[in-house]
This record gives sequence, C-alpha cells and structure tokens, in this order.
Amino acid sequence: MGAAAPDAAAPGAADPPDGPAPAARPLPAPLLYINVFVVATCGLVYELLAGTLGSYLLGDSVTQFSLVIGLYLSAMGVGAWLSRRVDKHLARRFIEVELAVALVGGVSAPILFVGFAEIAHFQLLLLGFVTVIGILVGLELPLLMRLLQGQVEFKDLVSRVLTFDYAGALVAALLFPMLLVPELGLVRTSLVVGLGNAAIGLWGTWLLAPHLGKRVTGLRVRALIVIAILVGGLIQADHMSTWAEDRMYADTVVYAKTTAYQRIVVTRGPSGFNLFLNGNLQFASGDEYRYHEALVHPAMVAGDHPPKRVLVLGGGDGLALRELLKHPSVEAVTLVDLDPGMTTLSTAFPPLAQLNRQSFSDPRVTVVNDDAMVWLESAPANWDVAIVDFPDPNNFALGKLYTKRFYRLLKSKLAPGGAVSVQATSPLFARRSFWCVMETMRAAGFVVHPYQLAVPSFGVWGFGLARAEAFEPPAHAPAVALRFLDDDALGAMFKFSADEKPVPVEINQLDNQMLVRYYESEWRKWQ
Amino acid sequence: MGPSRREFVAMLLGAPLAAACGGGGARTIEGSLVETGMGRGHAMRDLRAIPAVPDGRWRRTGVIVIGGGVAGLSAAWWLRRNGRTDVTVVELDDVVGGTARGGASSVTPYPWGAHYVVAPRADEAAMVALFEEQGAIEGHDAHGDPIIDEALRCRDPDERIWYRGRWADGLYLSAGASAEDLAQLARFDAAIDQWATWRDAAGRPAFTVPVSACSTDPTATALDRESFGAWLDRQGLTSERLRWMTDYACRDDYDLLAADTSAWAGIYYFAARRRAPGSSRAVVTWPDGNAHLIAHLASKVGPIETKLAVVDVRAVAGGVEVIALADDGPVGIRAEHAVVAVPRHVARHIVATRREAGGVLPDCGAWAVANVHLRDRPRERPGDAPPAWDNVIRDSPSLGYVSATHQRGRDVGPTVWTWYYPFPEDGAVVRKRLAGAGHGEWAATVVADLARVHRDLPDLVTRVDVAFWGHGMVRPRVGAMFDLTRMSAAAPIGAIHFAHTDLSGMALFEEALDHGVRAAREILAS
Repeated sequence: MGAAAPDAAAPGAADPPDGPAPAARPLPAPLLYINVFVVATCGLVYELLAGTLGSYLLGDSVTQFSLVIGLYLSAMGVGAWLSRRVDKHLARRFIEVELAVALVGGVSAPILFVGFAEIAHFQLLLLGFVTVIGILVGLELPLLMRLLQGQVEFKDLVSRVLTFDYAGALVAALLFPMLLVPELGLVRTSLVVGLGNAAIGLWGTWLLAPHLGKRVTGLRVRALIVIAILVGGLIQADHMSTWAEDRMYADTVVYAKTTAYQRIVVTRGPSGFNLFLNGNLQFASGDEYRYHEALVHPAMVAGDHPPKRVLVLGGGDGLALRELLKHPSVEAVTLVDLDPGMTTLSTAFPPLAQLNRQSFSDPRVTVVNDDAMVWLESAPANWDVAIVDFPDPNNFALGKLYTKRFYRLLKSKLAPGGAVSVQATSPLFARRSFWCVMETMRAAGFVVHPYQLAVPSFGVWGFGLARAEAFEPPAHAPAVALRFLDDDALGAMFKFSADEKPVPVEINQLDNQMLVRYYESEWRKWQ
Repeated sequence: MGPSRREFVAMLLGAPLAAACGGGGARTIEGSLVETGMGRGHAMRDLRAIPAVPDGRWRRTGVIVIGGGVAGLSAAWWLRRNGRTDVTVVELDDVVGGTARGGASSVTPYPWGAHYVVAPRADEAAMVALFEEQGAIEGHDAHGDPIIDEALRCRDPDERIWYRGRWADGLYLSAGASAEDLAQLARFDAAIDQWATWRDAAGRPAFTVPVSACSTDPTATALDRESFGAWLDRQGLTSERLRWMTDYACRDDYDLLAADTSAWAGIYYFAARRRAPGSSRAVVTWPDGNAHLIAHLASKVGPIETKLAVVDVRAVAGGVEVIALADDGPVGIRAEHAVVAVPRHVARHIVATRREAGGVLPDCGAWAVANVHLRDRPRERPGDAPPAWDNVIRDSPSLGYVSATHQRGRDVGPTVWTWYYPFPEDGAVVRKRLAGAGHGEWAATVVADLARVHRDLPDLVTRVDVAFWGHGMVRPRVGAMFDLTRMSAAAPIGAIHFAHTDLSGMALFEEALDHGVRAAREILAS
C-alpha cells in the first residue's frame, strides 16, 4: 500500500533552505532515520485502524477502505503542501506535529469506538479523524528532510528517508494484522501506537537539541502530558474492551458495550460478523439463517391457523423477527427483550440492521424492554405463536426463563391452538440440559416435539416445538422464501441420532434451578 | 435524647465501621420511622384507671378477636371458615399484620418482618387449608404432602454469604473449610437427622411444626434444660464455621445467641423442617413475605376495626365485656366470646383476671427492620456467588438483607431490600437505649452496614424506612419451651380464649396460626 507515496513529493518544494541555526552542531542523521521509520509505521497503523473500524462498523469494506485510503493519502498531500508555510523553528514544529499525531492518532480508535455507540454521524467523525491524522503525518517527513538538508547530500537524503519510510510501512502492514490487533485489540493498538509517536516526540527534544535552543522544557512537558493522556486511555480501555476479550475472540472486536444487563460484543472476521452476549456466541452472520429458519418456521406452521399474533421472547437481534415477518398472515408481533442496548444495536448497527432486514422498522412490530417472566405475568393471553429465544441458561437470572413456572405462565398466554418453539441448547454438547428443557416443558403441560439441526458455528443445536394439546409435527415447510428449510430438512430435524437421544433428567424448577447446574457441568467439558 | 449517631453506630456495627461512616460526608437519607403501635401501646400500659363507657357507646358482636396479627386473624379466619359470621377483629395499630405486616412501593411489595413459612405437611390442616384457599397447591408428593406452587417456593439461589470480600454460595462457608470442619458438619447433620426421625412411644415426632404436635417425652424435652451452645459442646461440635452457622440460625429465628437458646429450640430450627434425612421442606415466600398471607386472611375475616386500644377484657355472665379506647373516646363491646390474640405482656395489662395474677412473663427480644429502596442494583463482581434471596453478611451483627424482587424474577433495575437487625441482648436494656434514636441515625447505620459489602450502594439508595420492634418476638431461652407457665397460659378463662405465638415459646407464623385455630376450635366446640 503506497501510504508513504506523497512524502516523495514533499521535499520537491524547492523552498530556499531555511538552514539550521548558524552555530548549530550537526544532527545525528542515523537516529533521525529511525525517527522516519517509526513515524511511517505509526502513520500507516492509523490508516489501517480507520479503514478497519469503518468497514467493520459500517459494512461494505471495499467502499470504506477505498474512502479511508484515498482521503488519508490526499490529506497527507495537503500536509506536505502546508509544510512550505513553516518557515521558522523547524525542529520545534516537527516535535509539535509529532505530539499532535500522537494525541489525535492515539485517541482516534477509542473515540470512534465510543462514538459509534453514542452518536449518529459516525462516518463524519471517522473521516474527520482520517483527514486530521493524514495532514499531520503529511507534515512530518518534509519537516524532517528539511532539518537534515545541508547536512547530508540531497540524493542520499531522499534515498534514505524514503527507504526508511517504505520499510516502516511494510512493518506496519505486517504488525497490524499479525500482532497488534490480535494481541491488543483496536483500541489499545491505537493508544500504543500513539505512545510510539509521543515517545519519538519526546526523544526528539534531545535529538534535535541543537536546533531547539534553550526552551525545551515546555515541549517536554507537553510530550509528557500527551503520554499521560494515552496511558490514562490504556487504563480506561478496559471499559471499552478488556484485555481478556481482545485475546479471547478469534476475530477482531469491533463493538463492545456493557449495558445494565449484559456485555455485548461484536467481532468481525473473514466469514462475517459474530455477536456475543457475555462471551457466548449468539449468532454468526454466515450461518444464522439455518438457526433462525429452524427456530421460527416450524412453530409458524404447527398451529391450527395461520398465525396472526406472534410473541418473541428474547431475540433482540431481530433475526427471528425477519423470519416470521415473511409470513403474510402475521398482523402483530410483540418482541420482549430485557436489554434496550440490544434492540437499539439491532436497528443502529448497519451490518446487523441489514442482516435483520430492518425488521424493527416494520409497523407490525412492537418492542418491549422488560424481563420476559415479569412481563408475561400481566401479558394478554392471545398469542398464536410464541418464539422463545433466550441466551443459554448459564446463570440463575436466565435459568428462571427455562423453569416449569415460566412454561406454565407461557402456556396460559397462548391462544387456543397456538404453538411455541423454544431454543434449548445443544442435544449433543449439553445433552442433559437439552432434555431437561424438553421434560420441563412437558411437566408444565406442553406436548413437545424436540428437533435439532446442524449450525456450523454452534454445532448441533436443539429446539422444542410445543402446543398445549396433542399434535403432529408439521410435514411441510411454509411457502415463503427460505434457504435451509424445505420439506426434507423439516422432516429430518425431528429425528435424533443415538448420541443425542433422551437421558433421564430432573425438571427445572424455580427452587432448584437444575438446568443451570446441568448446563455448567456439561459445557465445562467443551470449553 | 438518644445516643449521638457516632455512638449509636458504634454500638450497632462495632467501632471500626463507626469511624468509617462517622467520618464521611453525611448525606440526609430520605425516609421515616414506621409506627409499630408503640405510642398507643404504652399509653394503654400507663393508663391509671379503666375509663367508663357511656351507655350509647356499647355494642354487641358474636366473637371479638383482640389483636390483628397472625394469631388473631387466623382465629377469625377459622371461625368464619366454620360458619361463625359474627366475628369482629379489633387492632391497636393503624394496620393489621403485627410483625408480619408489609409495605409497598411502586417497584415492589416488601415485608416489614416475617418473610417466609415452611411448606406444610398433609397433617397441618390449617396451613394446608390456607394454601388451598389461595390455589397455591399444585399437587401432592409421594408422601401425600402438598406441593406448593413453584412460583412461591423460594427461588434458587436462596442464600449467599459475604466473607472476606467475596460472596459465597449458601449459609455454611464450605470454601476453605478444613477436613475437621466438614467432619463436624457431617456429624451435626447426622445428629439433626437422628432427632428429625426420632419418634416417641405414641409415634409422635420430637420436632415438628407446630410445637403443639411435638412429643413431650422427657427424652426430648430434657433438651430444653441446657443451652444449644452447651449441647453442641457436648457433641464435640466446636468448628468455628459450624458454630457461626448455629449462632446465625438462633439470631435469625430467635433473636438469641446459641449460648442463650434452649437446645430444644436450636435443634428444632434444623430438625423440624427436615422431611427425611438430607431433604428439607420447601421454603415458601412472597415479595412481601408473610404480609401476603396477612392480606389473604384479612380479606376473609369480615370487619376489622383498627386504632382501637383494648384496655379491659372481663368475663361476665353470658360472655365477655371489652372496653377499648378509640380516637374519639372509650367504647364497649359485649360478645359471647373473646379471643385475646396479643402478647402475654399485653394480655396481663388488659385481661382482668390476669392483671392480679402477676407471674413471670416470657422474654421478648427487640428487632430493627429497614426497607432500603434502591434505584438500581449495586455492581456484582464476576465469579462471586450471584445475588440471592437472602444475602448474609458474615461479620456483621445484622442478618444481612432479603431482596423483595428476587422471588418474582426481577433481577435488574430498582428494588427494595429488607435489612434485619436482631438484638440478642436483654430486651429491656435495648428498648431503653434505642428509645430516642431518630430516623437519621437508623438510616446511616443501615447504609453503613450494607455499604461494607456493596461499596457503590450509598449512591443508589433513594429511601430508607425503619421499623423498631421493641417487643419483636418471644425468645426460647433455656427452659422456656417446656415451662409450665407458658403451657398453662393458653387455657381459656370462661369465654376468654388466648392465642399468640408466645404461647408456643417461639415466634413463627405456623405457631401463631396454630394458636389462632385452636382458640377458634375452643369457641366452635362450646
């Protein structure tokens, strides 16, 4: 990537040499080349950070990267052009620019990270950062070259500066994907690289001492302030994404927010993006259609009538909504999800909003942010279909949503002939947990047909299809646009292999929370 | 004048904490001291002469029940269930319920005192009837005992304990316990199981609910003659963890330390709620604790007159005459029967024949209960035991707090915590010392105690209301359970019947209900 290309043009501005101070000692040229190297590395990292955040958060990576690179390079050109306006105190200006890059570049990713969660005009903020950083980086090399001018022969100067510049770019291009992002995450990478810039600035107050005169204390204080801000940022970075998180996820963390209820993390990798709640994968964009078609459509065709009123409990990602809204009979949907942070993300995070086809904007949909169990107590009792899609029962607050008490309450809220589907973890990895959910639903008075399918990112996944009265599992997939589910797939889902078949389990009740205990003991083996 | 806040906090929580909260910027916490009938009660006590009732202020009822706590309401409820419709309940205080009363905010109902019962066995007819009336029995188990509605069975996790900066599961601190600690716990369990399954020659268990159904065989009742602490010592059960737990149990249910509790009562706490070795009867609770049962009973008993301080009850030809002070002066009520459902120290002041009798009164312990309103939950540390129904602070003289939103399943957002503080010391001394304490002192104490386990709590508190129960509960000290005075105090005097939990020697809902129903049966049989 030709990040450093515009630099080549910078010294071409045939300004009269402003010359070092008459009595100045020569500068240590080799050390300044190391400066060039670090400056180049940092500059490219900022560009890569901006491109990555832009494409991850806004989607459409070709456009985002192209926009960021183009703008960055042209901003560097502007910086180079502006360098001719700097006539005096070259060394001082160089250090000031260096510190400005350190500060603006260093805080760019943290601010963009926070900015995405908080403000609407994220793209403007992103491009604003790219422009400012580009201009500042564009200023750096021309100033440095002019400082060395007269001390080194021009052809050597150009050759060495550009060599170190391009070498720095190569190192950045290698470090960024292989070391920085996997180990540090985006936010820390930005802050650490900013610290690199600031360190160069501080070092410069000694290196360039011959050109700085006596007044270096002010510069050093400023450098230390920038370093303090960036170090402070590193300490605060845990609020945005923790060390553990950056290392835990295989892909890059592009969104992380701790709401009052849970930790939402979105990662982005080669195969698309993944959503995690409290560290547990909720879906991977590449294969979620298998999960959500299986979750939704069997229940939509299991009732006595084409469903009009549908209840979704959990499912704040809007993907179950997308599926059930394909059914023309649906007149009203209420989605109850505890966390407004989740339902907001599903409308405001462009890749997710695209994936759920803006299902939250459908006029048939009403969103309620409340605890499903508390809400159900006073809910109307007229639902033709209820889709229950809670996170796995890995704590007691979630475990209560899989109790006999909960299923009884749910059953009492169904319209006559209504149907329910419930996500019930993996019958393969968490066999007792899965059958505990099925048996608990039966103990609550449901007639249950368990079913399962393979979702590559999850493994084998299981559900329960239930009604209050005896019924046969549906034989025909609905006539709506589907990728996975057809009559054959539907029939196959209701068959279980030998290693997934029922095992004896206790019923999950409010006062024993057996399921949480099963789940913990079973998943521990696989993690 | 009460003690200064600093002294007050020092007294309740211990000196180190007092320094911590005395030094900080004191913020005024909103809330009030809740009236528990003390003013009217003491006015009645200090009355010099029984007032004369003008002729026009006498009226008549079939049965008058004096006292609207659990015992009184149970008596009235059982009478009406069995066909007596001419029953009037009179209550000294503004509201019924006694120490089982509750309150409510826009967030949740909450208890002001007792907050759970133990699921009844099939032979506890009145308790079973009470649950049946509420449609709260969802089936019967293999023993034929009712299965209480899952929604009312205390939601798991029921308990956690704060120790050395962490929350751990349960009440017994198993993390860090030595092999000897665990061996002693196992021996304690075995001893409890042995008493839980013990039967006398007539087949009566030594320990069951209610106390009136327990065996009076001397083998069992001999336990009442030593302290629970001494009994544990004799068994070689000296493990600090075990002894902390047994002390906690005694403070929690009896407002006493194990060293002062009757061994019979101490063992009762553990053995009476066991169904079979290793299996306990379910704990049944509501967001507002036993106030939920109070509300049900109150809805079934017919007229209730509050703010009526009964000052005289006497047997007359053909029934009883009761004189009470209403806000507008004395009133008289003539009835065929009276149920005196008040503590014995009150009965002694109002029942004519008791006034002269004198005798030793049962020991009564004092309690402070606070309801702490929070706009949000304090942060929990990952890896700690999650929030439970009952959250116990090991190194606090308080019992910790119960979350009113736990049972209903509301695990985030605003809530109300009920904080309990027993005074195992001499009741009279405590009452005297705390008589002048104001709301600000109480509230600061409550918040300081909770803030030691939830540092961010002070900013989340929106309100703290406090009730001081000067005569909170009867205490089963050594020798009190099988004391002849107690056992004879329940005998009716003519048409005057007695019902109160202190007639059992321990303050439990089931005991109050048992005496209320017994008094009702006496009337129905006459």
